[in-house]
Amino acid sequence: MYLIIVGGGKVGYYLSKSLLAEGHEVLLIEKNPRRAAFLIDELGADHVWVGDGCDSSTFAQVGMNRADAVIAVTGDDEDNLVVCLLAKRKFGVPRTIARINNPRNAEIFARLGIDVTVSTTEIIQAQIERALPLRSLVHLLALRRGGIQLVECKVAPDAPAEGRPLRELGIPADALVVMVVRGDQTFIPSGETILRAEDEILAVTTPQSEPVLRRLLLGT
Amino acid sequence: MRIVILGCGRLGAYLARQFARDGHEVVVIDRERDALEALGPDFPGETVVGMGIDAEVLRRAGIERADVFIAVTGYDNTNIMAAEVAREIFGVPQVITRLNDPLRAEIFQELGLRTVSPTTLAAEAIRKCLED
Repeated sequence: MYLIIVGGGKVGYYLSKSLLAEGHEVLLIEKNPRRAAFLIDELGADHVWVGDGCDSSTFAQVGMNRADAVIAVTGDDEDNLVVCLLAKRKFGVPRTIARINNPRNAEIFARLGIDVTVSTTEIIQAQIERALPLRSLVHLLALRRGGIQLVECKVAPDAPAEGRPLRELGIPADALVVMVVRGDQTFIPSGETILRAEDEILAVTTPQSEPVLRRLLLGT
Repeated sequence: MRIVILGCGRLGAYLARQFARDGHEVVVIDRERDALEALGPDFPGETVVGMGIDAEVLRRAGIERADVFIAVTGYDNTNIMAAEVAREIFGVPQVITRLNDPLRAEIFQELGLRTVSPTTLAAEAIRKCLED
């Protein structure tokens, strides 16, 4: 795949390095010439382009129209948005991925047509929530449009979901439990699956149904 | 008309005072309180301190009731993002964006934003001076 990454900070650098190692064609765009010199030393001149990633003339020169995906990982949400909007609307790139710092931007980016957002703040928050015994629904990923989220949680001992088959719980139509991890067993549940306390759940849900899901699985 | 202006620099403050004088309902947003003070003590409109790309801040500025949204911060990408949010999320009928980069102004104009590029306007004015 031809992947264009915009923003050669720590995220962009390590991401490029690992995608190159996986055998992808990668081009990292960085506007700061000094930073770019370091990146060229590390990644090779073929994989680094010095220029402004929000500038459409850069895009034309790097062959944006044949990119399979554009990944914008600068530290500024608005820059990442503009990169993805240009890639999507002007160059028809099939997949656009943006890093966001303000988690509230996830919904906005999705509604503006950006395919995937990765919120560094939420990832850190999710890791901390997982490490702490809090009762919470952890957001793993925001999927495109409609604000659908992939969420994770652990079934609480006294939650309404405990000990009852999934189909009896009254889970809303726009939410779905897609995976259950129980001890060292992982399975895709059916309507007959009976959840137990401490089961780890992966579910997809719209923001509207999230409170219902939370109440059923966590009792909060 | 209810006009929300993002960015209280020279252009933002100038527009805000003019629109207010013409009797419009004006709200000015800037992330710096000091910048908003440039409007003067007699400015009849409202002011909001905050980041204009934050939907919550825009809501506080009453964007849901706005007839016009004007993005004139010094940062093109901030203006683009705020304008897209105003247009696509809040459905503001008229959205106007100042973009210093003429190329970006042209592209986003093609993509449906109303953009104004001071660089192009000034260049045209200067060329016109020479032609006269």
